[in-house]
Amino acid sequence: MTTTRTVISRNTDLSQQEYKWGFTTDVEEDVAPKGLNEGVVRLISSKKGEPEWMLEWRLRAYRHWLTLKREEPTWAMIHHPPIDFDDIHYYAAPKTKDGPKSMEEVDPEMLKAFDKLGIPLAEREKLAGVAVDAIFDSVSVATTYQKALEKHGVIFCPISEAIRNHPELVRKYLGSVVPYSDNFYATLNSAVFSDGSFIYVPKGVRCPMELMTYFRINFADSGQFERTLIIADEGSYVSYLEGCTAPVRKTSQLHAAVVELIALDDAQIKYSTLQNWYPGDKEGKGGVYNFVTKRGKAQGRNSKISWTQVETGSAITWKYPSVILQGDNSVGEFYSVALVNNHQQADTGTKMTHIGKNTRSTIVAKGISAGHGESTYRGQVKIMPTATGAKNFTQCDSLLIGDKSAAHTMPYIEVRNSTARMEHEASTSKISDEQLFYVMQRGISNEDAHHMIVKGFCKSVFAELPFEFAVEAANLLKVSLEGAVA
Amino acid sequence: MTTTLTKHEQYLADFRVLEQAADGSAPAWLRQLRQEGMARFEQLGFPTARRGNEKWKYTNVAPIADAAFRYSASPKTSGVKTTALRRVAPWRKEWTTLVFVDGRYAPTLSSVPSDGGGLRVASLAEAFRTDEALIEQHLAKHAAFEDDGFAALNTAFLSDGAFIHAAGGDEHAPVHLLFVATDSTQPQVAYPRTLVVTERNTKLTLVETYVGLGDGAYFNDAVTEVVVGDGSAVDHYKVTLESANAFHVSMTRATVGQDALFSTTAFAKGGALARHDLHMALAGHGSSCKLNGLHLTAGREHIDNHVNIDHAAPYSQSYQYVKGILTGTSHAVYTGRVLIRKGAVKSNARQADKNLILSERAEVDTKPSMEIYCDDVKATHGATAGQIAEAEEQIFYMRSRGLDPKAAGALLIRGFVKEILDTVKLEPLRAFLDGVTDKALPEFQFEGFGDRDEQRER
Repeated sequence: MTTTRTVISRNTDLSQQEYKWGFTTDVEEDVAPKGLNEGVVRLISSKKGEPEWMLEWRLRAYRHWLTLKREEPTWAMIHHPPIDFDDIHYYAAPKTKDGPKSMEEVDPEMLKAFDKLGIPLAEREKLAGVAVDAIFDSVSVATTYQKALEKHGVIFCPISEAIRNHPELVRKYLGSVVPYSDNFYATLNSAVFSDGSFIYVPKGVRCPMELMTYFRINFADSGQFERTLIIADEGSYVSYLEGCTAPVRKTSQLHAAVVELIALDDAQIKYSTLQNWYPGDKEGKGGVYNFVTKRGKAQGRNSKISWTQVETGSAITWKYPSVILQGDNSVGEFYSVALVNNHQQADTGTKMTHIGKNTRSTIVAKGISAGHGESTYRGQVKIMPTATGAKNFTQCDSLLIGDKSAAHTMPYIEVRNSTARMEHEASTSKISDEQLFYVMQRGISNEDAHHMIVKGFCKSVFAELPFEFAVEAANLLKVSLEGAVA
Repeated sequence: MTTTLTKHEQYLADFRVLEQAADGSAPAWLRQLRQEGMARFEQLGFPTARRGNEKWKYTNVAPIADAAFRYSASPKTSGVKTTALRRVAPWRKEWTTLVFVDGRYAPTLSSVPSDGGGLRVASLAEAFRTDEALIEQHLAKHAAFEDDGFAALNTAFLSDGAFIHAAGGDEHAPVHLLFVATDSTQPQVAYPRTLVVTERNTKLTLVETYVGLGDGAYFNDAVTEVVVGDGSAVDHYKVTLESANAFHVSMTRATVGQDALFSTTAFAKGGALARHDLHMALAGHGSSCKLNGLHLTAGREHIDNHVNIDHAAPYSQSYQYVKGILTGTSHAVYTGRVLIRKGAVKSNARQADKNLILSERAEVDTKPSMEIYCDDVKATHGATAGQIAEAEEQIFYMRSRGLDPKAAGALLIRGFVKEILDTVKLEPLRAFLDGVTDKALPEFQFEGFGDRDEQRER
């Protein structure tokens, strides 16, 4: 197995300071007119060839969204001009006749684009080990290794395909963790979601390879609303990776995704994210608004859901990957690194809801603020009266680099069971002069010393990432911090 | 007649009565302040625990809003005897003591030295005449009522309370402000108000006690403002021993000057619903504040500690340590916010909230948050809830030494409490609080594993 491969970019040239994934791809796109109305929802549904029940579901969500009167939630510590929901293309897809049947039919421009991003869509021998679903604007371009996975009974396909081919699974689970009325952006997503990944791992199967989805926003003024649904049946295991980039654009783009995970008895889901959407320029112009609802339900006994995220991109990040610990003895984990530089803002964290007996959760959140960046950890640990013997450990640390940065911690802890054990720790500080002095007196430059210490600060989170992702995450961190140290 | 008035109208009617009664004697600026308070209360009303109201997320004040409290501008203070007060409140002859009965100053029960040196202690009603300029300069300047209905209401009824002005040195005797609520058949409301101003390099020990004499329902809506002058130290104690059916809502605002220290210890037991809103503004270079808190809740009691610390100056230090023990179906809330502003370099903030839940149906909600806009600082917080983490091991250890489960549990709880009580520097007060805790502790026992052991033995 080659170790030189990088998942996000094969050419991570650290001397280059700008966002390197910012190119646009010139492909002909099929675009819905700007704005949101019932017609657009119907158009998306018909473009996808969806059955009637799916359209009904979307319309229910759309009608609910109308009742919200376009009032975005304001409780997070983020600031942005109001979003004009009529100035967004809710559907953009590369033009193809019927959808590619094999790799040969995929537009070479697009293959080139993903190749440039370091995402090999051609199934090559030496790159075996990761199956990729590549999503370009609103549609899935290609999914690799589907045949190999089929042998094990694992279903890994675009969700639009799953709606057509596995309606019984989709109908049962879609919206069961994040209902369409959950929150403003989840409702919007439920109405207009275009594509995303669907994974079903059957009973007792350990998924033989890592599954990955790569998201790319290409078209200007388009929003990406993907929907991911992962079901791990009894006793199964799956590790899923997610990566994302977008071109450099002067105006901001909206990305509002919904991810639902369901783990049945003894099942395990490991979900890793490297989020590298375009963060905007140094003055804070442009960049992706990443407003995402991610939630897992550890439904079965002894089930486990683990979220690991490295958030370095996006102008604004607003996401709280959560776990509902419903099954007895179920486990929820959240490991996060959120880095903000220049004018980026992040309000991120998790929610652990303990319902079952002896449920356990661990939260490790590391926030790094540099430049004018503002990061907030916002988390909730809720121990319900039924959760006898529940345990939670939370640690959230923030590191400040530069006197214009800000870091906030907002934990909500609600305990309703006396046998629960809940511990929460948090700290905020800058890199200590002693640490810097120690490293620099070994002949290491100021900038490298900072990187080294930041890397060490994040180590406990990186350790949870699959190997290639961990290497890439460390590099990403370095690139994102570029210029933060004077 | 009162039954036909809606709840806000009753307050408004009482306000009009007060306005007429006090007309002439009160200075114009005070009358205007009251009117502003009333106007603001009419706009705000009582807070609701609706979605998005972060300050009141976990506390529902409907029991206060829905009740009809009677206000009396001149309550009778004659029924209260010093001997009765000594039984329920800390009491020392050498302390300067101001007693307030149902919100009104009771000179016969109080003991104020005629010459306090640099220390002046008086009722606000009296001080309006003697120290008007100083009061006007500070009153309601620290406890803003723009976004707080309770503070607005208190300000609307501002007519009496305590005034303390301390200057020159550290020879002052401790000052005790004792707010007594009498037992009455009809629920009453009182608006205790305190203004404390210390000049430069002054040391002051101040005890605020709220105590109920019966077990009737009443409502204390209190506001305390403390100005700590440069280089001064105020050692503040707040003892809340309200009766079982009482409501207590208080706002304490301390503004701390350069190199000054405001240290407060809060002890709370009793009260159907209590909300303590404490805001400490570290305004001066090198200023510090400290909070040690202990609350014991049983039955259906609800306590809400809302703490705000504002680091607005370089080298400011804050320290918070709040502990709670819960039994029955009681509910404890702690929301602590530490704000470190831009430029408040080399600041240090520590914050901890520990809860010991003894019964199955008690609830703890804690939100220790930090907002930090300055890089060169150190801030930490911690929170725990549940049975003491290693309770079972510790009890096992004690039992192996021959203690029965009950005694072992009690010893453990005693240790949990002691950590806070030991921080009380004022000796007579510590003895008093020790006594109160000793009396209360039999009610606070571990449910569960003691019995489990006994069952095993059988």
